Amino acid sequence: MSNPAMPEKVAGIVPMKFEKFGLRHYLICLKGVVLRECLRFLHQRERFISSLVRPLIWLFIFAAGFRQVLGVSIIPPYKTYVLYEVYITPGLCGMILLFSGMQSSLSMVYDREMGNMRTLLVSPFPRWFLLVSKMLAGVSVSIAQVYAFLIVAWFWGVKAPPIGYLMVLPALFLSGMMLCALGMLLSSMIKQLENFAGIMNFVIFPGYFASPALYPLWRIQEASPLLYKICLANPFTYAVELIRFAFYGQINWLSLGVVAGCTLLFLAAAIIAYDPSRGLMTRKQDTGGNA
Amino acid sequence: MAALDVAGISHSYGPKRALNDVSFSIAPATFTVLLGLNGAGKTTLFSLISHLYDTRRGSIRIFGHDVSRASGEALRRVGIVFQARTLDLDLSVHQNLSYHAALHGVGGREARQRIAALLATVDMEGRQHDKARSLSGGQMRRIEIARALLHRPSLLLLDEATVGLDIQSRAGILTTIRKLVETEGIGVLWATHLIDEVEDGDHVVVLRQGELVANGKVADVVRTSGAGSIRDAFSRLSRIEPAGIAEISP
Repeated sequence: MSNPAMPEKVAGIVPMKFEKFGLRHYLICLKGVVLRECLRFLHQRERFISSLVRPLIWLFIFAAGFRQVLGVSIIPPYKTYVLYEVYITPGLCGMILLFSGMQSSLSMVYDREMGNMRTLLVSPFPRWFLLVSKMLAGVSVSIAQVYAFLIVAWFWGVKAPPIGYLMVLPALFLSGMMLCALGMLLSSMIKQLENFAGIMNFVIFPGYFASPALYPLWRIQEASPLLYKICLANPFTYAVELIRFAFYGQINWLSLGVVAGCTLLFLAAAIIAYDPSRGLMTRKQDTGGNA
Repeated sequence: MAALDVAGISHSYGPKRALNDVSFSIAPATFTVLLGLNGAGKTTLFSLISHLYDTRRGSIRIFGHDVSRASGEALRRVGIVFQARTLDLDLSVHQNLSYHAALHGVGGREARQRIAALLATVDMEGRQHDKARSLSGGQMRRIEIARALLHRPSLLLLDEATVGLDIQSRAGILTTIRKLVETEGIGVLWATHLIDEVEDGDHVVVLRQGELVANGKVADVVRTSGAGSIRDAFSRLSRIEPAGIAEISP
C-alpha cells in the first residue's frame, strides 16, 4: 500500500458461515497462546538469564554463607540431616515460580498498556478459557526455568532422588498455576506499569520471606510466634512445602489442599475481574484509546 | 439483517458521559464512516462493539448476535483494527498473524495459507519473517489489517487506522479497505476525524461529545445540515469553524 495501486483481486477473504467451535479449535487456541508466550520468552534472553541468576545467587552465595549459621534438624520429608543448599532448593524453585507468576502479571499490564491485550480479549473464545490458556502458557515457561535451575544445581552438587525430578512436576505445575492466577488477579487491579513496583514490595518479598523457603517453620516459630502465624496464612508457604515433599516422592496433603483451593479462588477472582460485565476492567479506562 | 445494529447505547466513565443514547445501523457490504473529533466517543463505541466494555444501556448486534449475550458468535464475525498499535514487536510478522489465527481457532496449514494470501493482499509478501519492530508505521497498519481479516470476518471495524501515516500510506490503506467492500462484500465501519477520507457515496455517522448528530448518506447529511459540502457539514455539526476542519486534515 505504499504503492496505492491495488491488486485486482483480493485473495483469501470470503465471508463464510462459521462452524461451531469444537475441541480442535480450543486446542489450536491454547497452543497459539502457549507458543506465543514461549516465543516471547526466547526472544527476551535477559529475562531468562535473570530468572536463572536470581536463585543461583541464593544457592551459591547465600546458602554457602548461611550453611554454618543455620542448622536444619531432621524434619519431614528429610530422613537425615541435609545441607542447607538442599533445604532451600525447593524454596528457590518456589521463588522462580513466584517471580515468574508476577512477571506474567507484569506482562499482562504491559500488554494492556501497549494494546496487545485487546487482541486476546476480542477473541471469540470464552474469556475464562483465554485466561486459563494464558496461565498455562505462563506456567509452562516457569517450569522450564525451574528445570534449568535444577540442572545447574545438580552440577553444583545439590541433588534430589532421581525420581523426585519427575515427581515434583505436578507440584510445580499446581504451585505455578496458583502464583500465575494470583499474578493475573493482581494485573487486573494495577492500572499502570509504574504501580508494579508495589507488587515487589507488598507481594513478592513478604510472600517469599514469610515462608519456609529459607528457614524451617519451627525455627520461625521459635523466633517469632506472630511471624509463624503469618507464615501459616501465606499460600506460598504451602507451595514450597508441596514442592519440598514432592522431591522425595511424598504428598503433603495439607499443602496440596491449600494450593489447589487458592488456585481456584485466585482464578475465579481473576476471571471475574476480567469479565467486562462484572469486573474491574469496566470501571477503568484502560484500553488506551481516546474517548 | 444489519451487519451492525447499535440501539440506544449510553456509556459513562464515572460521572463523565462518553456516549448518550446512540443508535444507528450499517448494512452488509457498505462503507460507513464514523466521524467525530477527538473525544467524541468513537473509541468508547469501538470498545463496546468489540466487548472490551460491557453494554450497560442499549444493545449492540452484529449480524443479529447480541454482543453482550452471545459475544463469541458476534466477535467471530468482526475484524478489528484498533487505534493503538497492537502488534507484538518482539515477534515476527508471521508469528503475530499465527497468534491471531489461533485466537480464532484457525491453525496449521489453513492458517499458513490464509496468512500468505493476506500478506499478498496488503502488499507485504516476503516480509513475514521480519520482526514487527522493524516495520514502518504504515507497514504495521497493513499487517494489522491483514490480521483483522484472517478469520474472514463479515464486518471490519477500523479505529483511526490512518492516524500518523503519510499521505501515500493513508491513500493505500483506504483504497484497500474500499476494495474489500466491493469485491468481498465486507461491511466496514471506519472511524476517523479526517474529513477528506469521506467519499460522496459513503454512509456517514457523526458523533459530537457522545451524541449522535447525523446519520445517513453524505448527500443527505449535507442537505439536512444546510451546508454546501461534507466538510462544512462536519464543521457545523461539530460546532467548530471550517478552519478548524482544515487544521485536523493533514
